[in-house]
Amino acid sequence: MNAHSPISSDEQTMLRDAAEGWVRDRAPISSLRRLRKEHLDTGFDRELYREMTAMGWAGVTVPEKDGGYGFGHASMGMLAEQLGRNLVASPLIGSAVAVTGTLVLGGSAAQKAAWLPRLVSGEIFAALALEEGLHHDPAQTALDARRAGQGWVLNGIKRPVFDAGGAGLLLVAARMAESGVSLFLCPGDATGISQTRLSQIDSRGAAIVQFDQCHVDDAALLGPPGGGLQLLDQVLDRARAVLSAEMLGGAQQAFETTVEYLKTRVQFDRPIGSFQALQHRAADMLGELELTRSAVQAALTAIDAGDADLPRLASLAKALAGRTFRKVAQEMVQMHGGIGMTDEHDAGLYLKRAQVADMTFGNVAFHRERYAQLSGI
Amino acid sequence: MSVDYPSLPPDAFRAAVSDWLAQNFPASLKGSRVPVNGHEVLDGPADDVASWKQRYGSQGWGAPTWPQTYGGGGLSAVQADILAEELSEAGAFNPIGGLGLMMLGPTLLEFGSEAQKLRHLPAIARGELQWCQGFSEPGAGSDLAALSMRCDEVVDPSGSDHWLLNGQKIWTSYAHHSDWCFALARTSTEQKQGGISFLLVDLKSPGIDIRPIKLINGISHFCETFFTNVKVPKENLVGEVNRGWTVAKRLLQHERTGLSTLRGANTQTWDIADIARRYCGIDAAGRIANADLRARMAEHLLTEHAYRLTLERRAAEMEAGLQPTTPISTLKNIGSHVGQRLGELAVEVLGHASLGWQGEGYADEELELTSLWLHSKCYSIYGGSQEIQNNITARRELELPA
Repeated sequence: MNAHSPISSDEQTMLRDAAEGWVRDRAPISSLRRLRKEHLDTGFDRELYREMTAMGWAGVTVPEKDGGYGFGHASMGMLAEQLGRNLVASPLIGSAVAVTGTLVLGGSAAQKAAWLPRLVSGEIFAALALEEGLHHDPAQTALDARRAGQGWVLNGIKRPVFDAGGAGLLLVAARMAESGVSLFLCPGDATGISQTRLSQIDSRGAAIVQFDQCHVDDAALLGPPGGGLQLLDQVLDRARAVLSAEMLGGAQQAFETTVEYLKTRVQFDRPIGSFQALQHRAADMLGELELTRSAVQAALTAIDAGDADLPRLASLAKALAGRTFRKVAQEMVQMHGGIGMTDEHDAGLYLKRAQVADMTFGNVAFHRERYAQLSGI
Repeated sequence: MSVDYPSLPPDAFRAAVSDWLAQNFPASLKGSRVPVNGHEVLDGPADDVASWKQRYGSQGWGAPTWPQTYGGGGLSAVQADILAEELSEAGAFNPIGGLGLMMLGPTLLEFGSEAQKLRHLPAIARGELQWCQGFSEPGAGSDLAALSMRCDEVVDPSGSDHWLLNGQKIWTSYAHHSDWCFALARTSTEQKQGGISFLLVDLKSPGIDIRPIKLINGISHFCETFFTNVKVPKENLVGEVNRGWTVAKRLLQHERTGLSTLRGANTQTWDIADIARRYCGIDAAGRIANADLRARMAEHLLTEHAYRLTLERRAAEMEAGLQPTTPISTLKNIGSHVGQRLGELAVEVLGHASLGWQGEGYADEELELTSLWLHSKCYSIYGGSQEIQNNITARRELELPA
């Protein structure tokens, strides 16, 4: 219950145990492999997401007064960490952290009433239509929004939009010539929106979303005109912290699988884990994982505590999660040797997810630079 | 007059500590540097230092959580935290440190006899006696259990049976400023680990010769210590004969913990970003002007920040009675790495100003940083080298095969 403590409350422990069991029983890594041939429209298994939302997971970060369960982001991080272990594909972070978070922080009463119950129940999911250039940079948002009668008309291209396929709601960052970046709530099936599916290395859902004379009414504007970047900053930090927890789970699992292999793989008549060169690399990785765990916990608890240092802690967590997940996944391939290079083995799945997750919401370089700025160097 | 501090609830305890500090902490020492090793001379007037140490020590707060019977404060973990906060609030500090407090004390609390605890712990808690560590030998560094200093049992017909020590210890930090030494010696050659005993040795005993070793930064706080027919009373053996390795392993855990925490203190002493701004200049936006240096500085600060968070997380886990998730062997290596990066960045930032050995042409700060850089090389050697720590992590934590 104490949001400031890195020690789990009973509530959080129960949630984590439930997630651990569900991930093990219902979402083995083979379900990720199936996404190459099945569920191509969404890039995740709708049935699995239905089960997650039935357990209330889409309402974990939504306060009770807004129709959620108010468990907070530290709890959400624990869920994400368990999902990350098996690289479970779902729109949970984009929809149930970023978009619900934006509605909670900046939405009008009518906007909350219109969307939050449907998102929390799992009736629909939402996607964040943010990226445009090759590198994460919300301030450079260019998709055009201009006044048209009692509403707005949107023109431009977003790519990649994660989990856009089948999304019932898009949260769109657009630029108004007079006031700057603003946010819009667009129904996924609005006229003027077209999607082109992207096939990404991690098998998860992503698309190019084109807005061609897409008309939305006045009620679609979320927050004040030009207030988009400030709101995005807060919401992205939440999503970054929870995604970092997912990445920590992935890195932890990749590490444990690799250490287990070191104990069983025999060469030169001995387990390769008896070689000091490999032992020391494994020990160093444990250190990286522990640093990352501390940073992730600090960022998550900072969200729930309303800590003003959240931006710096979120960048710290995301930079360390990116550095560690990529490092551990690379070592997973290397230490497995030839078998680690095969499609049949899971090592490649971790390597590919690490790469996509690193680039989502800002990669290591982005967050190191942001951390430096926020630290005044 | 005398307040029963341990019995006070948190708010009352805080108020009582605050009052006591207001009356007893000498203003001349405000903001003075913390004596991380217990041997450094503090900044400030010597009389005030001595009186602060005496007053603070007699409160038992040098070792806030040790039982009062043994000279400690008898405080709960929560009260100890409050004490630390109030010290920081007042610009004050715990003036008592050293290896006795950091390593021997916690070990004696666990393994010492009642008589040993009553005799040695109060003087440690009050900072009255300094201890040094007699573990390493010329032939026993990373392979510590290979130590060979002999400890023979002497049956004295006059009734004063004792142990007789013969051999050499090395890297005995601050031995030349210490009063006592906790040492490992060989009581049996039949087994390697199983032939080692743990002894408490009064350095005033006849037959002890201490010679300081000058290090690469010109400073001598390590010594070599020679033992020739040194008599040690029978009651100064801790635990059982030939079971000293168990005691030593626990003490080394306390050492790694202490060293890791010290690295935290060290990185806070030097504001490397501020040094970089002053020595390398800033651009129009106020950033460190050299982009390459700035990126590497940011990388260092990220790791250092996560390291401090890891120390905090560990403390919180321990306070909650949980097994800490981060092994001390891992933490020690991270701490060494962070401290060494700080040294490397410092000399890079200082440029030619970092090349001074002493004297004219160099500011004190520059000479200190250069000395810190050289000294930092020992972080990954002492207290079990980086390689030994990684062996421990691999074998004990990851259970990788031998």
